[in-house]
Amino acid sequence: MKRGHRLEDPRSIRKLWRGFLVLLALSVLAGALIDPKPHFAIEGWFGFHALYGFVACLVMIVGAKVLGWCLKKPDTYYARDGHDD
Amino acid sequence: MTSLHGLVPHPALLLIAGALLLPLLRGRARSVAILALPALALAALWLLPDGVLWRVHWLGYPLTPLAVDRLSRLFASIFLLLAGIGGLFALRQESRLEIPAAYLYAGAAVGVTLAADLISVFLFWECMAIGSTLVLWSAGTPAAWTASRRYVGVHLAGGMLLFAGVAGQILGTGDTGFHVMRLDSPASWLILAGFLVNAGAPPLSAWLPDAYPEASWSGMVFLSAFTTKTAVYVLLRGFPGTELLIWIGLFMIFYGIVYALLENDMRRILAYSIVNQVGFMVTGIGIGSEMALNGAAAHAFTHILYKALLLMSAGAVLAATGRRKCSELGGLFHSMPVTTLCGIIGALAISAFPLTSGFVSKSLVSQAAADAQLQGVWLLLAAASAGVFLHAGIKFPWFVFFQKDSGLRPADPPASLRWAMLLLAFLCIALGIWPDPLYALLPYPVAYVPYTAAHVVTQLQLLLFSGLAFFVMLDHLRRTPTITLDFDWLWRVAGPALAGVARARVRAARARLARGLTGLGRRAGAWILRNRAPDGLLLRSWSSGSMSLWVMLVLMAYLALYYLG
Repeated sequence: MKRGHRLEDPRSIRKLWRGFLVLLALSVLAGALIDPKPHFAIEGWFGFHALYGFVACLVMIVGAKVLGWCLKKPDTYYARDGHDD
Repeated sequence: MTSLHGLVPHPALLLIAGALLLPLLRGRARSVAILALPALALAALWLLPDGVLWRVHWLGYPLTPLAVDRLSRLFASIFLLLAGIGGLFALRQESRLEIPAAYLYAGAAVGVTLAADLISVFLFWECMAIGSTLVLWSAGTPAAWTASRRYVGVHLAGGMLLFAGVAGQILGTGDTGFHVMRLDSPASWLILAGFLVNAGAPPLSAWLPDAYPEASWSGMVFLSAFTTKTAVYVLLRGFPGTELLIWIGLFMIFYGIVYALLENDMRRILAYSIVNQVGFMVTGIGIGSEMALNGAAAHAFTHILYKALLLMSAGAVLAATGRRKCSELGGLFHSMPVTTLCGIIGALAISAFPLTSGFVSKSLVSQAAADAQLQGVWLLLAAASAGVFLHAGIKFPWFVFFQKDSGLRPADPPASLRWAMLLLAFLCIALGIWPDPLYALLPYPVAYVPYTAAHVVTQLQLLLFSGLAFFVMLDHLRRTPTITLDFDWLWRVAGPALAGVARARVRAARARLARGLTGLGRRAGAWILRNRAPDGLLLRSWSSGSMSLWVMLVLMAYLALYYLG
């Protein structure tokens, strides 16, 4: 297949981003139309799942970065030193 | 049916016997046998009624190697289904060892689920270790060989814990039956530890991402399905409602996410996500309500299907490109549309997107946590659901099939591989749309409705916003050619290093001792020579005159002493 697939066109990518943002907004707005029947008070907050999903992911990424600083090694680490021989 | 069941073979032994005969077959007969064996075993399983069907005495112990109930039928069914679809995927595998080994492995896993006594469980458990090690070996690479040595070491150690526990349990209670156990004796703790080693629980989780990715392009599909899910089965059977399992499960969930986020190798990402997904099941078992246990069992069922699908799409990429690292892949959607589509469906299912199988199974565990008013656990499970989309749902397809164009243009795999993937993709979506057949197989009645407006909307919010987080933080998620150290560092670096130091010390001490002994021996030899040689002090010839002189001196001394005395 030739290079320059339409999914790689910057205009398509912009459109995809716009579509994605609309979808995000719709999912939050849809929260106003449903009856959540919350088990916990926090679940009843407007947009709780959206905010929680976003923040939880940021925390996990930052946590992974911090762990990475401590524990990351080149992927030849075990082979190079002949540890596995 | 009841009168006929005596004629039906044991499904596990049928598959194991077939596995041993498979190497004798060639060509079309071999292909037919590969597809027919799991189907026959599945038919045998479903012809068997519920209840204890075989009772034998061995070494004075009553054994029940064939007993069927809802839980064992569910797990045995999914193991056999996956063995068959995996066999179809691996039909073109060049190694002639892999499928027989995989069927031995699958048969042993089925054997564990159908065994109602601890001794049979242990025997099949060890057969699984052998079968899975053979699957690893059949990759035939040096990396697979060294990984298989570490793998078998961990599993034999786990087997020893289990053996000690089983022996203690039988001696302590006089009962060989495999029932619900309480953690009130060292034996039950040992059994739990043996089970948890195979589940990929901390601190030994590293064996899984270390070994599985080294299997062949098809081998990892088999490996992903049986060992960890058999562990989930025995935990469901032996330790439901053990609170400790909630915390172990939650640790596994976040361990899997964080390590997968840092990982570059696509198959290691998926291996970490096995630990992550088994964590959801273990948490469900720890919660222990009927809803939670149903959730754990259902999630094991759906996970086997979508993880196999993900690993098949990764395996197709590996077979076509020979590459596993995200940093060397990308843009494969151009030339591998079927593989890309199947990878995306697997990724959506593992992320529990509505209309996929993960949605209808994972929700049971979260709902059980909410019903039990475990707010902390529920919040962590929700965060983990977002994290699954982040580390596997988007990361795997994005870095392998999209992101920057690597310029690679491999074609989709041959028909047998494509059909295996499409079949699994169909099942992942079919179970998502119509979960009733799965719910009907679960150990307890299901009164749960997954598709409510509230559940769909909240789940979409959670997943879509974790997708937003992925793309916002994309620069921080770019892959580097690195690995992340884990507890296996202890037995891959620290252990050998300590052993090396100890060996050098022993060698030096032995050399010192040898030097000391040589010196001592030499001095002793010189002394003997000095005294015992023909001209030495004790053996040389003396003249008669000097002898007479010495005799006279001795006699005089005697005389002097006599008078003095």
